Formats: sequence, C-alpha cells, structure tokens
Amino acid sequence: MTTQSNLAVALRRPVPPMGGFSLTVLRLEVRRLLRNRLTMFFAIVVPVIFFLSFRSSAYVHQRIGRGNETAFELISIALFGAVFATATGGVMVSIERALGWSRQLRVTPITPAAYIAIKMLTSLVIAAGAVGAVYLVGLAINQVLMPTAVWIITGICVLIGSLLFSAFGLFIGYLLPSENVTGILSLVIMFCSAAGGLFIPAGSFPHTYMVVAEFTPLYGLNELVHYPLVGGAFAWLWVLNCVIWFGLFVLGAAWKFRRDTDRV
Amino acid sequence: MALRIAAPKYVMVTMPSSSPAIVQAFEDGGNEVIAVQLRDVYKSFGSVQAVSGVDLTIRPGEILAFLGPNGAGKTSTIDIILGLSQPSAGDVKVYGMKPRHAIAKGLVSAVLQTGGLLKDLTVGETVTYTSQLFAVSRPVTEVMERADIAGISDRMVGKCSGGEQQRLRFAMALLPDPELLLFDEPTQGMDVEGRRDFWQAIRGDAERGRTIVFATHYLEEADAFADRIVFISKGRIVADGTAAEVKALASGRTIRATLPSADALSLHAIPGVDQVEIRGETVVIHSGDTDAVARRLLNDTSARDLEITSRGLEDAFIALTNDSIPEFAADRRASQ
Ligand SMILES: Nc1ncnc2c1ncn2[C@@H]1O[C@H](COP(=O)(O)OP(=O)(O)OP(=O)(O)O)[C@@H](O)[C@H]1O
Ligand SMILES: [Mg+2]
Repeated sequence: MTTQSNLAVALRRPVPPMGGFSLTVLRLEVRRLLRNRLTMFFAIVVPVIFFLSFRSSAYVHQRIGRGNETAFELISIALFGAVFATATGGVMVSIERALGWSRQLRVTPITPAAYIAIKMLTSLVIAAGAVGAVYLVGLAINQVLMPTAVWIITGICVLIGSLLFSAFGLFIGYLLPSENVTGILSLVIMFCSAAGGLFIPAGSFPHTYMVVAEFTPLYGLNELVHYPLVGGAFAWLWVLNCVIWFGLFVLGAAWKFRRDTDRV
Repeated sequence: MALRIAAPKYVMVTMPSSSPAIVQAFEDGGNEVIAVQLRDVYKSFGSVQAVSGVDLTIRPGEILAFLGPNGAGKTSTIDIILGLSQPSAGDVKVYGMKPRHAIAKGLVSAVLQTGGLLKDLTVGETVTYTSQLFAVSRPVTEVMERADIAGISDRMVGKCSGGEQQRLRFAMALLPDPELLLFDEPTQGMDVEGRRDFWQAIRGDAERGRTIVFATHYLEEADAFADRIVFISKGRIVADGTAAEVKALASGRTIRATLPSADALSLHAIPGVDQVEIRGETVVIHSGDTDAVARRLLNDTSARDLEITSRGLEDAFIALTNDSIPEFAADRRASQ
C-alpha cells in the first residue's frame, strides 16, 4: 500500500502561509503593469494637465494653514490622480476575469484576501507615478508654498489613502463586465472627486449639498490628506468615512472574487 | 473493475496527528483513501439540468476518462470536483475534504478547458507566478522541462500557439505535485502530432501513481490513456467500465433488415446479438459479430433487404441515452 502511505503523508500537506501572498508575485504584477505603457501614460499625464489648468495666479498669494492656496490645489489634484491611478489598476482585474485568470486562480491555494492585497500594492506603483509627476510639476512652477515636511507627509498620505480606490477599482472590476467598466469607473471617480471637494473645496458647498457630500467616499480622505497643510480642528468622522468605505470595497471585491468561477 | 457506490461509514483510524479531514478520507472496511466521492450530485443552470444524479467513486491511482458528446456535463462535473461550482444537490468530497480545502493543500490541480492565462506575462513568468501560490512547489525549471516548454520560457503567452499554451497550463498544474490532476479536454484543437506529444508529456510524469481524470470527446484518446472510462450523456453516467468494455460497446455493427412479425426474444437468442429494436416491419440488431448474425437471419428467417453499417461512438451514445441499455451497462446498474 505505498500509494496509500504516500497519500497519508500528502494529506498532511500545509496550506500556504499568508494565504499565498508572495513578494515574487507582487514583483511580477508590477512588471505586468509597467508593460502597459498607455495606462501608465494616462495616469501620469491627466492629473498634471488638470493641475496646470486649474491653477490660478490669484491662489499664489492666498495663505492656507502652513502654505498657500496653490499647495492646497496641488494636494487635491495629486489625490485625484492617485485615486484615478489605483482605481484604474484595480479595475484591470476585469480583463483578467475575461481571460479566465481568476477562475484559474481558484484552482490554486491563493486566498481572495492575499490576491486583493497583491493587487492593491501593485496599483500603488501607478499612483506613485501620478503623485510624483504632479508634485514634480508643482516644484517646477515655483508657486507652491509649504514646508518641506508637509510636501513629504501629504505625498505619503495621498499615496496610502489612494488604496481606498484601489479596493473600489477591484470591486467594480469584479462586479461589471470589462466592456463598459472604464466608462463607469471614470464617471464615479469624477462624481466622488467633485463631491469630496477635490475640484472645489467642500467649504464652499451649499448646506444641502454638503450633507450628501460628507458621506461620499472621497470626502473624508480629502480632508485627511489636507490636514498636515491646513491644520485646525480634526474630525474623527473623516477617518470613519475612509474606514467604512474601504471595508465595503474590500469585502465586495473579496466576495466577488470568491464567486468568480464562471467559464469564459 | 468493481464499481461500488455504497455509502461509506467513517471510522476512526489511529494515525499520528490525524485531523478529522484525514479520518474522513478513509472508507469503511479498511483504511483506503478515496480520491473523489460524488454522491447523487445535481447541477442545474436555470432550466438546464447539466448534471443529474451522478454517483462516482474515484480511487487513488486511477486514470479515468469522462467521455461524452458536447453538453454532456463533463465540464460541469469537473467544476464541481474542483469546487468551482457548487452542486445544486448532493455531496462532493475530495480526499475526504471539501474541494477548496484539497486545493489549498495543493492536493488537486487542473488544466481547464478554456482561458486561464495572462497574455502580458512570459511563459517563464507565468510558471514562476503560479509556483509562488503553493505552500510547496516543484522547481520551476523541472516542470517546464516536463511540459517541454523550457525552450520558450521568454515568449509572451499571447504569442504562443494553442498547443504551447496547453503545455504551459500543464506545467502550471504540475507545480504542486498534486495527488489528483484533472484535465478538461486537454487536446482540444490540437493536431494529431500535438495531441501525441501532449499525452507523451503527461505519461512521462505519471509513473508516480497520481490520480488522473480527464474529459474528452475522443474514444481513441480515452482508450489509449485511461484505464477506466465513464460515459456521460445528458448529465448522467450511462456507462462505467474498462476501456475494453466501452470499446466493445462503441464497436460492433448494426444490421437493419425487413422482417415481418419479428419476435424480439428469439432474435435476442441468436449468439452474438446484444441489442434488438423492432420498428414495425424493420428490425435493427446490434452485434459484435454481424457476419454470423446475418448468416442466421438469411438462413433461418424470412429476413430480407439486409443492410450492415458500423456503429460509431455517436450511435453508441444515442443507443445508451435511449434507454436501450446494452448488457454491461445494465449489469452495472443492477449491481449498484
Ligand atoms: N453557466 C451556465 N449557464 C447555463 N447553462 C450552462 C452553464 N454552464 C453549462 N451549461 C449547460 O450545461 C450543459 C452541460 O455543459 P458542460 O459544459 O458541462 O458540457 P461538456 O460535456 O463539458 O460539453 P463540451 O464537450 O462541449 O465541453 C450544457 O447544456 C450547457 O449549455
Ligand atoms: Mg466541456
């Protein structure tokens, strides 16, 4: 009974630690992403153009907290670029679904949580490209005023915060067919950015609009990433907003990934 | 080969660190592990009944082919074994565990019928990527050699031919050194040579005694590689036997003759006859030795207009699904 005794050994095989999360896989995913030049190009160029066209010379002399209005604007557009980038990275899973890759992954030990973590970290690479480009342009035009520490801290906050929309992109990517997913994604991001005060600061919203805006997914994040610059009163509601939306997006993505076993 | 579909009684076996999952894998009357156990499994998609009441026990080391026409339910059955779809009713155990758990331990892997590759990775990157997902994996170079893709390691997957992509899928499936390997129509769309090379690669890796299950349309493929063939049609197992038994079923020829007032019983009594059908004045007889039967018909009865045709697999399927169950299938049903 050698087959049987071999089997007895085999049945005690372990499951992979951390659900199959691996740095090698992360590296390969990043390499895949970098091969997608067009996506990288748009992710970097669009926010730079937005920043250059929204900028007004009147902003330069308006002080806000520890800097000026242009710095405030810079952070807003960097956040917009970062969430656009991570969401684009996330939504690319819809192509993988169409190729049957997620079905293939379901016959390997990797867990939804590990895969989603890998995908989110991967999308940070495009976000870093977008934030880096906007900040470099900001430095170059020489009109952005804020202390060096605030440059760095806000950059990091924007990057980490953009993971929220990586989860959103993954969720949408698993939810919708790949044909119409990019259009819907752009619409939602534009809406959330406007409602979150990324284009026009939420402080200037009319009251009724404000009530709704506070519950949208970019509102809390936008307030948080500006906090190192603006200072003043801190609201835990901002954090709560981020945590709840993040939780919903991740759970949604994991739930859809788990069930994504349809044939292609 | 005896097919038993008795409800197993689980027994405790004493074994170091035996988890409940391991204990469940052992069947009554010994400590034999069952690779796959399907019990009265149904799967429906809306009004389509893809699998209807499949009972199947696959033992370790078996090489089993699911043979059946398009839409028979082969892929649906394999999906259920892999945990890719949940049965609408019935129970499925793989090594005594839920399919997902067996996959997490790297006990089961599969080459699926469609898709499953990223076009923007190279062949080598795809194998490396997949190897990282298992707790324990065979070396990447080893499986690439096994699957004969070591030479195209740097090629983009999107640029590979169908046969190369299939060998890549095979390499990926070999990584965890699985106890059970499933192939869903692995040679679909390959030419004769590609098909031969592919099976050669599988054979080259099979000496370890792993359990292999594959779906195919081709009797020759099932015959050449499987030692057990399970005929599926309309979501049911209509025959289950050795390759020789199934071949006998699909081989043989059909005699069609005009014979007024034929008597089924006496026609059945002719040596070599295994199926008789009477449609008005026409009789249709299936036999492994049509020459002898024809001689008897012409000599001893008033049969005329004899016509002898060979019966292909497709006809065998039709015969099986029309409930005129040939001998061996009927025996098997009775013995269940
Ligand atoms: N997701 C689905 N929705 C609706 N019907 C389905 C679905 N998947 C399978 N079916 C139906 O279930 C039946 C069995 O399909 P299945 O793919 O299991 O057959 P198969 O034996 O693998 O066929 P083939 O040889 O063509 O691969 C078919 O009638 C098919 O149309
Ligand atoms: Mg199929």
